[in-house]
Amino acid sequence: MRPKRKRTRDVINEDDPEPEPEDEETRKAREKERRRRLKRGAEEEEEIDEEELERLKAELDEKRQMIATVKCKPWKMEKKIEKWAKFLRDFENFKAACVPWENKIKAIESQFGSSVASYFLFLRWMYGVNMVLFILTFSLIMLPEYLWGLPYGSLPRKTVPRAEEASAANFGVLYDFNGLAQYSVLFYGYYDNKRTIGWMNFRLPLSYFLVGIMCIGYSFLVVLKAMTKNIGDDGGGDDNTFNFSWKVFTSWDYLIGNPETADNKFNSITMNFKEAIIEERAAQVEENIHLIRFLRFLANFFVFLTLGGSGYLIFWAVKRSQEFAQQDPDTLGWWEKNEMNMVMSLLGMFCPTLFDLFAELEDYHPLIALKWLLGRIFALLLGNLYVFILALMDEINNKIEEEKLVKANITLWEANMIKAYNASLAGNTTGPPFFVHPADVPRGPCWETMVGQEFVRLTVSDVLTTYVTILIGDFLRACFVRFCNYCWCWDLEYGYPSYTEFDISGNVLALIFNQGMIWMGSFFAPSLPGINILRLHTSMYFQCWAVMCCNVPEARVFKASRSNNFYLGMLLLILFLSTMPVLYMIVSLPPSFDCGPFSGKNRMFEVIGETLEHDFPSWMAKILRQLSNPGLVIAVVLVMAYVLSLLRERACVMFFLLLLSFSVFNSFSPGVML
Amino acid sequence: MEGEKESVRMRVFRAGSCQQLFYRYQDLAPQLVPLDYTSCPDVKVPYELIGSMPELKDNPFRQRIAQVFSEDGDGHMTLDNFLDMFSVMSEMAPRDLKAYYAFKIYDFNNDDYICAWDLEQTVTKLTRGELSAEEVSLICEKVLDEADGDHDGRLSLEDFQNMILRAPDFLRFTDSVKFPPFFHL
Repeated sequence: MRPKRKRTRDVINEDDPEPEPEDEETRKAREKERRRRLKRGAEEEEEIDEEELERLKAELDEKRQMIATVKCKPWKMEKKIEKWAKFLRDFENFKAACVPWENKIKAIESQFGSSVASYFLFLRWMYGVNMVLFILTFSLIMLPEYLWGLPYGSLPRKTVPRAEEASAANFGVLYDFNGLAQYSVLFYGYYDNKRTIGWMNFRLPLSYFLVGIMCIGYSFLVVLKAMTKNIGDDGGGDDNTFNFSWKVFTSWDYLIGNPETADNKFNSITMNFKEAIIEERAAQVEENIHLIRFLRFLANFFVFLTLGGSGYLIFWAVKRSQEFAQQDPDTLGWWEKNEMNMVMSLLGMFCPTLFDLFAELEDYHPLIALKWLLGRIFALLLGNLYVFILALMDEINNKIEEEKLVKANITLWEANMIKAYNASLAGNTTGPPFFVHPADVPRGPCWETMVGQEFVRLTVSDVLTTYVTILIGDFLRACFVRFCNYCWCWDLEYGYPSYTEFDISGNVLALIFNQGMIWMGSFFAPSLPGINILRLHTSMYFQCWAVMCCNVPEARVFKASRSNNFYLGMLLLILFLSTMPVLYMIVSLPPSFDCGPFSGKNRMFEVIGETLEHDFPSWMAKILRQLSNPGLVIAVVLVMAYVLSLLRERACVMFFLLLLSFSVFNSFSPGVML
Repeated sequence: MEGEKESVRMRVFRAGSCQQLFYRYQDLAPQLVPLDYTSCPDVKVPYELIGSMPELKDNPFRQRIAQVFSEDGDGHMTLDNFLDMFSVMSEMAPRDLKAYYAFKIYDFNNDDYICAWDLEQTVTKLTRGELSAEEVSLICEKVLDEADGDHDGRLSLEDFQNMILRAPDFLRFTDSVKFPPFFHL
């Protein structure tokens, strides 16, 4: 207990002027002063005399004045800075609150651990990326065409052909994205090739091309950015020096203010500790090297067999679908029409289970086993994807050949129509003007729309397969185990089949490959990002529900956050592999003559040259023409190679590799720009 | 440490939240705490009321926090202690000040060292007793392995500071009390 001292104030004379009303700050300052006085006074055990009193009063007045001046001008500045700091803080809090699904993910994390939650974080991140792509394609391509372009029915490319009119609005036809769905802003073929549309002179073909390139560029940027951010995190995360100490002393979140969050936090901390303990124990186990090596060799052998088998199956399905394409569509059943999609989806569903089985032989640390599994599923899906693309390229070439025939036919047809018209006018000179209804005009096979449709159909069938798998594989199984357990011979919950564990690797890869599809198809079907947004949104809710309701946490628990860069690395690879075919098609295939914003041009990228000619001063065009001089391009390539050799940061290197490949590409297909 | 505490307090004053903190303190025990502090009453709000504040009631370390910041180490806090507690836990306090107080909070037996028993208490409080004794002792062993620089079987302040200031998550710990949710600046 501090010694009680007489308060200075009490000693002050009665005829002194009343002290002015003070606010909190002055009062606190004065209190501090008093206490400091007390501390000083504690050493000398004497009463305060007149001189001391005067000195104290003077000091107090001084302090009061100082505080008063402090409250003036500089205080205002401080207040402004404080206000700005408060605004920034509020904005940060608002931004944090705007992030969707945070509570859902935290609840999953507390129950299932960080690995399962990381899948949902990844899903949410993809949602954000797709949202940007959607906004770009919707606002700069679909909306202008819908608002300012010619309406449905005004041009041949915008009208359902006469032959298909009767069935154009049937559900079956719409589900296949034919009929009315095909002749709408959803697909490439609907767009008109007029240079400008509407009263604002919106340059639609240019916008279509640039948005396509921007989507690819934005995707690269955002994936690279996420990877570099994770490299930083990994650097800290890989620092295992104080792993357990940090877990003990810094895991509690002192900001938690509500009991439910606190519960979740306790659970997640406990789970975290358990994961760490398991990893620690696993690191201490000894192994029998030779047996392990033999088993691993065997497992890899089986994996190769599976991959080979899958590749052959797809090849066989492709060949069969080409045969079916020759036949009359009405003779084919549902299975024959959808065989290729179904084969790809089924392979994607069952082969990972096989890989999991083979991985039992290998006995790796769970994290390493996961990486192997991911690698194998990746190889499987990549094989599927590229066989699909080869099949598609085949189709495109067929359609381009067909187009030549159709072009020849159209000239004949036009000649016939004019002859018929002149014949009808032969009698009276005043007759109805020459008019052919757009639905009657013969059409070219629009290969771009066909490509768009294939990707949209694949996406839709993928979504359905996933949801059906979850419903049957997870939900029905859980119901069966739960309710039939009472009347079954063995314990269903602990033995076979028990509840499903959430398959992180399968789901992540499915997400990555689906995104690859979107990147490939969105140039030809601007609606694809929109469809994907819907899909991701419903997936989030559906899978969150399925996880909480039907799944159990994995028995082997381990941290997947270090594999974040692994997932992102795969995503980057898929992005690269998906955009290559698109760029190839843009650069080397001739656009259809009667559909899409580039119809009539020799190559799609010519729209840039056209814009430069018409909309930019001529000197700019001359300069750019000089830039595509091969000599200059080689010089640029050399400079970039030199810069690459200096750079250490992974992201910059990747970005420059990109630019490098683009310039090499440019020099080999001269005149890409002009 | 005292000097740093003072400077943090001054920053808290100037941020204008002193008034609100005083009202929070007064609200905890309106009969006990007079609105007029000019007479500098010697008032202590008992621990039970402090521990029921929304910022602290879910915190497993609330008792230790109150004990560390209280006058006599019993958890009953004067206004001064209360202001100290909030200023150290706010985002305005420097990291080493926070590290110093974190050390005192985790030092359950107040012997200026975090020994194995202190660690056991911490881990048990963090996991609400859900881990087995074996697991808890494994964790404590690992912590001492990692952070005990002078190998005396317990963590001194230097060992602790050395470890905690390098923690990536300590940045989150440093901004533990954000004024906006509870006060309006």
